[in-house]
Amino acid sequence: MKHLLSIGDLTPGDLDQLMRLTDRFVEVSQRQIPKVPALRGKNVVWLFYEDSTRTRLSFETAAKRLSADTMTFSVGSSSVKKGESLRDTVLTIEAMGVDGIVVRHASAGVPWQIARWLEDRVSVVNAGDGWHEHPTQALLDCYTIREARGTLEGLRIGIVGDVKHSRVARSDVLAFTALGAEVVLVAPPTLLPPSLAGWPVRVSHDLDAVLPDLDIVYLLRMQRERMTEHLVPSLREYTARYGLTRRRVEAHLGDDALVMHPGPMNRGVEISAEVADLPRSVIVDQVRNGVAVRMAVLYLLLGAGAERVLDPEPDMDNALDLAPGEALTEGATR
Amino acid sequence: MDADDVRRAIWRMAHEIVERNQGLDNVVLIGLQTGGVLIAEAFAEALAEIDGTEVPVGTLDVALHRDDIGIRPVLPEAETHIPVDLDGAIVVLVDDVLFTGRTIRAALDALSSYGRPRAVQLAVMVDRGHRELPIRPDYVGKNLPTRRDEMVNVSPSGVELGELVKEGR
Repeated sequence: MKHLLSIGDLTPGDLDQLMRLTDRFVEVSQRQIPKVPALRGKNVVWLFYEDSTRTRLSFETAAKRLSADTMTFSVGSSSVKKGESLRDTVLTIEAMGVDGIVVRHASAGVPWQIARWLEDRVSVVNAGDGWHEHPTQALLDCYTIREARGTLEGLRIGIVGDVKHSRVARSDVLAFTALGAEVVLVAPPTLLPPSLAGWPVRVSHDLDAVLPDLDIVYLLRMQRERMTEHLVPSLREYTARYGLTRRRVEAHLGDDALVMHPGPMNRGVEISAEVADLPRSVIVDQVRNGVAVRMAVLYLLLGAGAERVLDPEPDMDNALDLAPGEALTEGATR
Repeated sequence: MDADDVRRAIWRMAHEIVERNQGLDNVVLIGLQTGGVLIAEAFAEALAEIDGTEVPVGTLDVALHRDDIGIRPVLPEAETHIPVDLDGAIVVLVDDVLFTGRTIRAALDALSSYGRPRAVQLAVMVDRGHRELPIRPDYVGKNLPTRRDEMVNVSPSGVELGELVKEGR
């Protein structure tokens, strides 16, 4: 494996191997000195064309625990402001001698484009491209579920909220179903993608009806900017129908069911303040596991003989409707 | 060496561990994954019989500390579990075969992430020579002269010498 661009490139066996590798890095993170020399001398650059706090900090912590050197390219203070193209920026960074580029961009497909320009000289990790994918988030979600439940096989997972604009939802659907879970999307029709053809999911518009069957409720962030697009009448109405409130949890959700959220949370909108702090909510575990998962990804890509370690043949049965780099669609999301 | 020879060597080395450390206070056995783990457990059983002391046994996978990362595929596949704080402990590293010494160098590096042991000692079932680093064992089951391209296999049923079979790719 040279790049991590999409969950769809990974076979269930690859995902399983990544989970087992993450176990090792969880152990490293618990040491008195949580640092190993595995990526000494490797240079990783964060190329973030979109704001990100947690993902960048998580990657940064992961790289430092592996002893890699890191650089940040932030768009606000760079020559992008002076009109430099993405390609020139990437080739400039490459010329400085980097081993990995972790990229986030508002346009779907940018990580593929960068990987193509750099061929196999530099590893590219997709840290979120438009509404398309966010593979490391899906990996840490799978790991968190596996940690709590042992396996994803046969679990029923409800992904609730703004699926349409969510790259997390797209990557999660691929990863959860590849590992044997059933996924149901719960959202008003306006917040679902125009076509779900080929998605291995069920759809519901009624959260209360779905909740009793779920092993996991995965809430997506309700982005306030959607209000101006009139996709939902009001935040209050959204919360009334799709917000995970204490009353809903007590009335409908099974005792063992977990609550997950990719962050940042809007307490009081998609999740009530008290539900977010219940013991069944594993949101903090997601953040903690994110570091170990990203260590596993960086180690696999930049460490030893990576291309010999994972199955190089992508499982195309897993691919969603948007093929890699097929379309560079503009879309702002976070 | 057959199974009895291995058993006798473990018994003798266990006595040497007790003798050298004047008891088993603060002694921790750490088996290197994967070959050293069974031997470390065998030591613990022998030490319990000899001295009546339960010695903590840990496991260590040194993959992330190896110096050949990037040269050949290295994946940390086995569990690392250090059951006690190593500050001030006497760590006995246990491995099946001592060869170039590079695994032990990586293990010494890894141990420093868990604290500062008072001493680190090395016990191996077989020392086959060909050292590439200034590392020597404190307890040896058997010195076994080998060629570089031979392979030494240590199992509960004994120690075997075989030809190293290169994988076909």
